[in-house]
Amino acid sequence: MSELAIDREIDRSKMKVSDEVSIEIINMNKWYGTFHVLRDINLTVNSGERIVIAGPSGSGKSTLIRCINRLEEHQSGRILVDGTELTSDLKNIDKIRSDVGMCFQHFNLFPHLTILENCTLAPIWVRKTPRKEAIDTAMHFLEKVKIPDQANKYPGQLSGGQQQRVAIARSLCMRPRIMLFDEPTSALDPEMIKEVLDTMIELAEEGMTMLCVTHEMGFARQVANRVIFMDQGQIVEQNEPEEFFNNPQSERTKLFLSQILGH
Amino acid sequence: MSKQIAYVRTEMLPQQAPPSTSVGAIGWMRANLFSGWLNTAITLVSLLVILTIAVEILPWVLSPTWGGTSLNECRELLAAADHGSGACWGVIRERWIQLLFGFYPPELYWRPILAFVLLALALAPILFADKVPAKLLVFSAAYPFIFPWLLWGGMIWGPLAAAAGFVLGAIAYRVVSGAFSSLLGVIAGVVVALLWWLLLSGFITGLLDSILPIGLEPVESRKFGGFMLSITIGVVAIACSLPLGIVLALGRQSDLMIVKYLCVGFIEFIRGVPLITLLFVASTLLNIFMPPGTNFDIILRVLIMVTLFASAYMAEVIRGGLAALPKGQYEGADSLGLNYWQAQRLIIMPQALKISIPGIVSTFIGVFKDTTLVSIIGLLDPLGLSNAIRADANWNGIVWELYGFIALIFFFFCFGMSRYSMYLERKLQTGHR
Ligand SMILES: Nc1ncnc2c1ncn2[C@@H]1O[C@H](COP(=O)(O)OP(=O)(O)OP(=O)(O)O)[C@@H](O)[C@H]1O
Ligand SMILES: [Mg+2]
Repeated sequence: MSELAIDREIDRSKMKVSDEVSIEIINMNKWYGTFHVLRDINLTVNSGERIVIAGPSGSGKSTLIRCINRLEEHQSGRILVDGTELTSDLKNIDKIRSDVGMCFQHFNLFPHLTILENCTLAPIWVRKTPRKEAIDTAMHFLEKVKIPDQANKYPGQLSGGQQQRVAIARSLCMRPRIMLFDEPTSALDPEMIKEVLDTMIELAEEGMTMLCVTHEMGFARQVANRVIFMDQGQIVEQNEPEEFFNNPQSERTKLFLSQILGH
Repeated sequence: MSKQIAYVRTEMLPQQAPPSTSVGAIGWMRANLFSGWLNTAITLVSLLVILTIAVEILPWVLSPTWGGTSLNECRELLAAADHGSGACWGVIRERWIQLLFGFYPPELYWRPILAFVLLALALAPILFADKVPAKLLVFSAAYPFIFPWLLWGGMIWGPLAAAAGFVLGAIAYRVVSGAFSSLLGVIAGVVVALLWWLLLSGFITGLLDSILPIGLEPVESRKFGGFMLSITIGVVAIACSLPLGIVLALGRQSDLMIVKYLCVGFIEFIRGVPLITLLFVASTLLNIFMPPGTNFDIILRVLIMVTLFASAYMAEVIRGGLAALPKGQYEGADSLGLNYWQAQRLIIMPQALKISIPGIVSTFIGVFKDTTLVSIIGLLDPLGLSNAIRADANWNGIVWELYGFIALIFFFFCFGMSRYSMYLERKLQTGHR
């Protein structure tokens, strides 16, 4: 995992962490069968934070962020998103999901719909936005991720980087207050990684609350305000990026950093 | 001076036609039939086989016996024409109407004909959604009520009352789901429709029948026969088994234990029993369980059995399509906040059905051909009729011509369905991996 240089000035004027709590995870545990994947997770995310979650493969990073919009169910502890607790109440779940955007490693675009339809589907059916308005919003965000001219193509006709940007635009069309990213760049070539990171940086510049599982340490250094290191289903260390990279505390973190930064 | 390596083209070459050996008929044959010695040998042998068969069969098919009115007369005609062996097409000329309509009253043939013409009209907006105006869908929705009325006749109020139940249910759903929740709306819709059908509609249709007797002359089920019967059973079973199959497939994947095991039990039971058995149950056993005096139409019973049978197979085909969808599609839909039914309707089913098109159409074709089994319980489908025709003293002993004709018509329909499925697959291709 190389560290891709981010060669642009980052505009930090709107990147402000507020006091308002956005996500609160309290003593959360999760098992797959008898396997204890997440152990006693405590995490508070304030609105406007940009958090990068790192850790070795199998450490439970994906599982953690998938619990936040309940793609996975936790068995004990509490998760509150914008003050709403995730329980088995379907109404709450759908509400939270429509306010929390998510991007996956493999994009998960809908291959039978055009790019535009992918982007307008949820606003029309979940938010009940009039079609005309939904299309305008979709075009606005497609322009933002710089692919408005592909609107009438199908996902299968786009490159990986373009598909991931469409996936981001599709989430943004729901006007989410939090964005979750699960290794959004790890299925992509370096050139495409840059396109997608650029889009993510722009989002951060606008003050979006973001949780990213990623191996892009350049992104973590420059954009994140906090890096969380996980191992064996636990949060082992968290710190500001500078401190995290230059002065890691735990042995496990040091080992991990020396492996991925390659020195 | 050293050798000149610089070169500048001063004249552009005009575009030329490709050599005739690579395009057109000759090029095609070269590429596809004679591309090597093995291919050439196979081509020649195949041609020989096809030719031999054609030489044997063609004179038989083209026999001059259209006029014969009995097998003996046909043989005399053949002998007179010095034609050797030949087909006795007289039987088809004499009986084709019967093979199409069974014993349906001849003066009423216009009704099944109209019904099937309208069927084409009703199917058009469903089968060719991008070429036919969507407004025709209104007619498609009304067609299930027009169809039985045209075929069986009777007062118009019966089918109208049946349709009114759906309309009332829909109105109840609108009102209640607008005011309360959509689940309550569904319940209200179903309750209102059931109340109407069970309690009110009988009384009101009775009343209207006596006040305003508008209707068609009724035709009894036992007069139905021929391809009209096959197509009726086939179309109804096909049209009902697809939605039922979808529901069963979803039920089988449900998290609700009871629903899941009911669906699994139903599917496995139906698939474990031959259709013939179900048809026998429909024709004989059901009468035993019915209170005496109830008249439960035999064709209706058969329709129900064939539909249930087809829907179990359909459910498994669709389950295959569902299983082939990557988990990411469910997660993509979930992460956007779509609820279960929206995700199924907008994301999962369109893709799962598309993947299953070949299997679905195979099941359709199977169902359509299985309709011939109803001859065993005494319905006069084309095969049942062919037995009757062969029992006729005039045509005793005729086989090939009759079955050949029936096979040809079945082939026509099944081949049509198969071609349509290929067309649909091509049309729905959106270039994803
Ligand atoms: N559906 C599942 N059933 C059982 N075990 C699972 C399931 N999904 C994940 N696991 C296990 O849970 C652990 C954590 O998985 P998770 O996908 O969260 O890891 P990760 O940190 O995202 O790893 P990676 O960097 O490889 O994506 C792994 O050991 C994995 O094998
Ligand atoms: Mg992962």
